Amino acid sequence: MAIFNLNINGTSKQVDVDPSTPMLWVLRDHLDLVGTKFGCGVAQCGACTIHLDGNAVRSCQLPVSAAEGASITTIEGLSESGDHPVQKAWMEHDVPQCGYCQAGQIMTAAALLQQNPNPSDEEIENAMNGNICRCGTYLRIKAAVKTAAQNL
Amino acid sequence: MATLDKKLDRRSFLKVSALAGGGMMLSFSWLAGCKPTPEQVLELPKEWFELNSYIKIGENGAVTLFSPNPEFGSNIKTSMPMILAEELDTDWKMVMVEQADYFPTRFERQFTGGSQSIRQGWTPLRTAGATARAMLIAAAAQTWKVPASEITTSAGNLEHKGSGKKAHYGEMASIAATIPVPEEVTLKEIKDFKIVGSSKKNVDAQKIVTGNPLFGIDHKVEGMKYAAIVHPPAFGMKLKSFDKSSVSGISGILDVFSISLFKEGFERNFFDTATFPEIVAIVGNSTWEVMQAKKTLTVEWETAPESKFKVAGFGGRPSTEITVPRGLENTNRHKERMAEYIQKTGTVVRKDGDPEAAFKKAAKILEKTYSAPFLAHNTMEPMNCFADVKGDKAVIYGPTQAPEFIITTLSNSLGIPKENIQINLARMGGGFGRRAYSHHMTEAALISQKIQAPVKMVYTREDDMSAGVYRPAYSATYRAALDENNNLLALHVKAGGIPETPLHANRFPAGAIDNYLAESWQIESNITIGAFRAPRSNFMAAAEQSFLDELAEVMGKDPIEFRLELLKRAETNPVGENNDYDAKRYAGVLELVRDKSNWKTPAPGVSRGVSAYFCHNSYVAEVVDTKIVDSKPVVEKVYAAVDCGIVVNPDSAINMGEGAIIDGIGNAFFGELAFENGVPAKTNFDKYRMIRQKEAPRAIEVHFVDSKEDPTGLGEPFFPPVFAALANSLYKATGKRYYEQPFAPQLEMENLKM
Repeated sequence: MAIFNLNINGTSKQVDVDPSTPMLWVLRDHLDLVGTKFGCGVAQCGACTIHLDGNAVRSCQLPVSAAEGASITTIEGLSESGDHPVQKAWMEHDVPQCGYCQAGQIMTAAALLQQNPNPSDEEIENAMNGNICRCGTYLRIKAAVKTAAQNL
Repeated sequence: MATLDKKLDRRSFLKVSALAGGGMMLSFSWLAGCKPTPEQVLELPKEWFELNSYIKIGENGAVTLFSPNPEFGSNIKTSMPMILAEELDTDWKMVMVEQADYFPTRFERQFTGGSQSIRQGWTPLRTAGATARAMLIAAAAQTWKVPASEITTSAGNLEHKGSGKKAHYGEMASIAATIPVPEEVTLKEIKDFKIVGSSKKNVDAQKIVTGNPLFGIDHKVEGMKYAAIVHPPAFGMKLKSFDKSSVSGISGILDVFSISLFKEGFERNFFDTATFPEIVAIVGNSTWEVMQAKKTLTVEWETAPESKFKVAGFGGRPSTEITVPRGLENTNRHKERMAEYIQKTGTVVRKDGDPEAAFKKAAKILEKTYSAPFLAHNTMEPMNCFADVKGDKAVIYGPTQAPEFIITTLSNSLGIPKENIQINLARMGGGFGRRAYSHHMTEAALISQKIQAPVKMVYTREDDMSAGVYRPAYSATYRAALDENNNLLALHVKAGGIPETPLHANRFPAGAIDNYLAESWQIESNITIGAFRAPRSNFMAAAEQSFLDELAEVMGKDPIEFRLELLKRAETNPVGENNDYDAKRYAGVLELVRDKSNWKTPAPGVSRGVSAYFCHNSYVAEVVDTKIVDSKPVVEKVYAAVDCGIVVNPDSAINMGEGAIIDGIGNAFFGELAFENGVPAKTNFDKYRMIRQKEAPRAIEVHFVDSKEDPTGLGEPFFPPVFAALANSLYKATGKRYYEQPFAPQLEMENLKM
């Protein structure tokens, strides 16, 4: 066990955990930020996507020891009151079915638009291809990303 | 008039609500849209008045509606309350929705599955809404001293035109709560519906997009421990021993023990399929620590002997004894055995006319065999459950489609009376049938009972994918007898599976063909299976509708016209008895998809396939357009036409259609789980290929038949037809028929990139 100082959603947090603990479980079990979801544990589904210094990363593969000193944003910190353009677009298109993968989808989409505010269809498909939606809401996800891009 | 159900009685509700305590989760529908303006935000009332099990109204007019059935993504948590709100005649903006806990004394049928929630909830929910409205009217009549028959309601307001008196529901709620529950109520005319039939957004949307706790896996209480499980690595294996000391060096590990799910001699519930009835539990201080210990724990497994146990029948049917054979099974051997069964005579489940004679005199026989592998459900949220069992009380919170089934098992396994077990229903991160099998609840409960502390048990993806309850492996052989002029003389289907047959005796095309024979077979297996989105139909539609396509081609007919001819026959002069479909409605969706897709004039360069199927009380026809782009099959567009009666929440219904079509295309291309010596060949998404954003169709159009029929469900019916519509379209694109699922390996052999 070791103490780690983390910057999460603009706030300093301290946790005492095994250094190998992935950020996914630090967030979920130790910081009660459960919006970041466990899906596969092997960086294949994207449900655990967070932002590390603005880049979309799979938190199941990010040990807490590698997260110190970086700025981490989770779905809970994407906006203060759920009004980030991507979140608003998700509601406008009524994207979710079960909803479980959507936080990861939103985090991937928000990072994409941060880096490329006007992506083509192909760029959206490429960026979102790492996030599985078992319910198959892919068309609404794509439409919502386009709407969000217009409202950035 | 609708007769009131006794369960709406307010007194019984008040009695049980005291037992329920708090703990209900609130979700605020007025927050579901964009950020509300101040005047849109409804204040929480100071006091709630219960009008019946489903409805309470605050003094300020706010309305709480309980959604009875667990939500797994088909959006019933929005659409079931819409039905209540319609008959209550309130304003949707005044409504907040709460997920009901499992409460059999309060609610009718808290089972989510078989696309039945809306269909079977329709009348009870309408009646509950109308009953509450009648009580509000009675309260106003009493207060204003006017006849109830002269009072009208609209959007949560009461009005007596003669005297000019007006009130909102909240002003009458306290009096309404004292009014005797009427025994009969009048339901609205369909033409007067304002909420049902208009699209309402997901009441949980705000929570979903902001990452609020919603799912069972998100649950946490003070002092909660974490648990992982270790189950045998192969079907046909069982626990021999484990060495607790092997994980003693791992930090945060509190205990390791084995649990047995069922007591000796217990007659299991219909959904009690637990592949591994004895597993090892590891309890610790965090998920990561117990997952680490899982990798280190020394466990010995041994071959399981043949076992037998009793299982209760579904819907009151007699119980049956299940035999689980011993042995480590292989997919290659499965295929050999299926090939043997195709050659044998099966069990005849339906016979019309004289099919044998028709085949003897046939000028031509078309025979094709179709197959599909085992599939894993792969809900995005792995199996998990929270349980807090102390003494003779238990609280369970987790993802289940079928609380009413698991309660008996929980009671027996824990040795705690049902009345002392509270099951709270979490939003599920996907279900697809998998969570009708709720052994994960028993597992968590037994772990909590052992440690006498609250615990959250979480499966790893590998645990989840290798724990069984799969879609079975299936095979179907179709034969058609034709005369020298290519007229259809007879049809013969022989279908089976491991370990169940997919065949429905009385489904189309039975009823449309004079000489018809249907035979069934099945092969025992210790690989466990369960309901998977449109069980059996999800394969039979693929086989039947692919065969009819090929048959139409041999007969020189347009595939839609050929199906319509068969349906015309079934409608006007049906063959045999007990045909379990309405041929006219069936034809209706084919005609609608034909018209909406401009069937005869596809877009340039696309290849079209069609398919139609009836299951779970709804009719669906689909047209798939594919294109080969840079040696890659691309699904350009899918048109769907559906007849599900009245559409309660249209945009949500379209979402369901889009999702099921994408799910079907994914499984048709990629879905497959094979076995070697009882071990599943894939245990995570690195090997188990799921459809992704790039493989989704470019567009999907969903069209509804305009109907005044009572609504039927949509979770499943969109799914089965797309397999054959895709296969038939790929045939046009590539010149090859696709008989074996999944299609991607065959396409790759043809140098098409997948």
